[in-house]
Amino acid sequence: MKVRFWGVRGSIPSPGPHTQRRGGNTTCIEVRSDGGELIILDAGTGIFPLAQSLLKELPVTANIFITHTHWDHIHGLPFFTPFFIPGNTVRIHGAYDVVSSQGIEQIMEVQMQYSYFPIREAELRAGIEYRTLDIGERVEIGDATVSATLLNHPVIDFGYRIDCGGKSVFFTGDHEPWYNIYEPGDEGYTEYQAMVEEKQQQMDEAVRGVDVLVMDCSYTEAEYPAKKGWGHSTFDYAIALARRVGAKRLVCTHHEPTRGDDEAERVFAEALARCCVGVPGDPEVLLSYEGLQLDV
Amino acid sequence: MGQLTPELERKLTTAVDRMPAFPRSVQKVLELTRNINCLPKDLVGVIEKDPVMTMKILKVINSAYYSLPSKITSVNQSVVYLGINTIKNLALSFAAVGILPRVNTAGFDIQHYLVHSLTTANVARILCNSYAKGEADPGDCYVAGLLHDFGKVVFAQFMAAEFRQALMRGVTENVPLYRIEREMIGVDHGVVGALLAKKWQFPEALVDCIRDHHAENAPPSAMLDCLRMADQICRGAGLPGGGLLGEELPPWAGQKPAAARFGDDIDKVVASLGDFSKIVADATMFVSVDSAK
Repeated sequence: MKVRFWGVRGSIPSPGPHTQRRGGNTTCIEVRSDGGELIILDAGTGIFPLAQSLLKELPVTANIFITHTHWDHIHGLPFFTPFFIPGNTVRIHGAYDVVSSQGIEQIMEVQMQYSYFPIREAELRAGIEYRTLDIGERVEIGDATVSATLLNHPVIDFGYRIDCGGKSVFFTGDHEPWYNIYEPGDEGYTEYQAMVEEKQQQMDEAVRGVDVLVMDCSYTEAEYPAKKGWGHSTFDYAIALARRVGAKRLVCTHHEPTRGDDEAERVFAEALARCCVGVPGDPEVLLSYEGLQLDV
Repeated sequence: MGQLTPELERKLTTAVDRMPAFPRSVQKVLELTRNINCLPKDLVGVIEKDPVMTMKILKVINSAYYSLPSKITSVNQSVVYLGINTIKNLALSFAAVGILPRVNTAGFDIQHYLVHSLTTANVARILCNSYAKGEADPGDCYVAGLLHDFGKVVFAQFMAAEFRQALMRGVTENVPLYRIEREMIGVDHGVVGALLAKKWQFPEALVDCIRDHHAENAPPSAMLDCLRMADQICRGAGLPGGGLLGEELPPWAGQKPAAARFGDDIDKVVASLGDFSKIVADATMFVSVDSAK
């Protein structure tokens, strides 16, 4: 497989001189299976430059997997150029939303309303298919298999594992470690703690042994307490998880929009040092940037 | 055991989505969610005390949408799976349906119903810990207690005329309500509650308990024992003087415990709960809208 990062920023596009090295586009990751199948993880603004690169290989069949429906993971979608060209096929996968009682098709409906976008969904020329996934569901995409794991975020978030030719990639989307809502001593504390540990265990099993683990690493340990409940992980949690499950490479992504390149690289280096990354058996740990390509 | 007509079954199952929750919990949900830093445990503390909200949360999480590997039986478990923000927004959508009117055309006292459900839930949990440890889950017993009479709210909301008559006959003829329901409607409130719970794919043991809590020949289970015993103790909870160990005789006076595991002295079972009057007082305070700040 080949993995290419087109958008690595969290929350909001952040172009400008301070983000030139890492990039300002929001989340979008292209994965090519050994057989050349196109799998796209999330549709942040990074999907627009990806779409441009696809124009030389038309017609395309794009299999888009949406981790969750927050803007920074879907707002590039109406600009996915293959939608406008006959002969292309775009399949969009994602979770059911219990609050709106709608499947994944709502991400196009909502964004392409008259007030917000000049083109209606009915006017798109490509073939569009929606597939709302169950927890744990596996989807065959040619020679690759994509499976969905329910993670923890302020909206339903699926982590996706892609297996192909004996290799594997896992992307968390946005994810915060499960935490106990009770304090030690509260009546429900012990019971809740057991459930928290069970959920983490389930995630560990889904990620176990992957070749590449791509994780939301929005915060440093020092920043996290003020952001608890916002739905994001820290570098240290990601490193511990990667070690625990025996991941071969860890890619830290979803950079804070206020963090310029220098600052991002500084907090990353501090995390590596704090966690003593580099001991034998450790995963290789990378900080994502637009254009990063990995052969898996 | 009787059955509902398919037409009535359809009417009741579709109607519950439009069923409002209890005034106090709607008010608390709206109050708590105005604060962006609202504590998850405070929100859970409100939802898990409201049978309508709990029923709806369990409905959402256990239904086919997510095909979870195991059934979810508590609000807390739902929070671990769906996240507190999703639960919060679900609770707000339930709150937006409105509130159950204090006075309904069926003449059904929802405040008394809620105190009874809440105390039965708490007592069933305590009984499970002391009389059925390892045989049933205390959290499951709590939910069984909270939801066991859900069918009554459904009757009151959607079969008001029939239910009003049943309630009145129950009082004038001094016959248990469930017997009159069976005679007049064809099924008792346990069957209706279980029908919904089953349709929404609640765990089987919970469905069975709700269905069988008045069924004379039901296969016994530890959870059903705890529910029946709690139901028996809390029958008068929420009524003036009822269930409180005051000057009046408690409602269970002279009765035998609902199942053999509790021995033959019901006063001893009540004593094992610790401060039963506090359990009732806490529930009454939660339910009371007037005491809300």
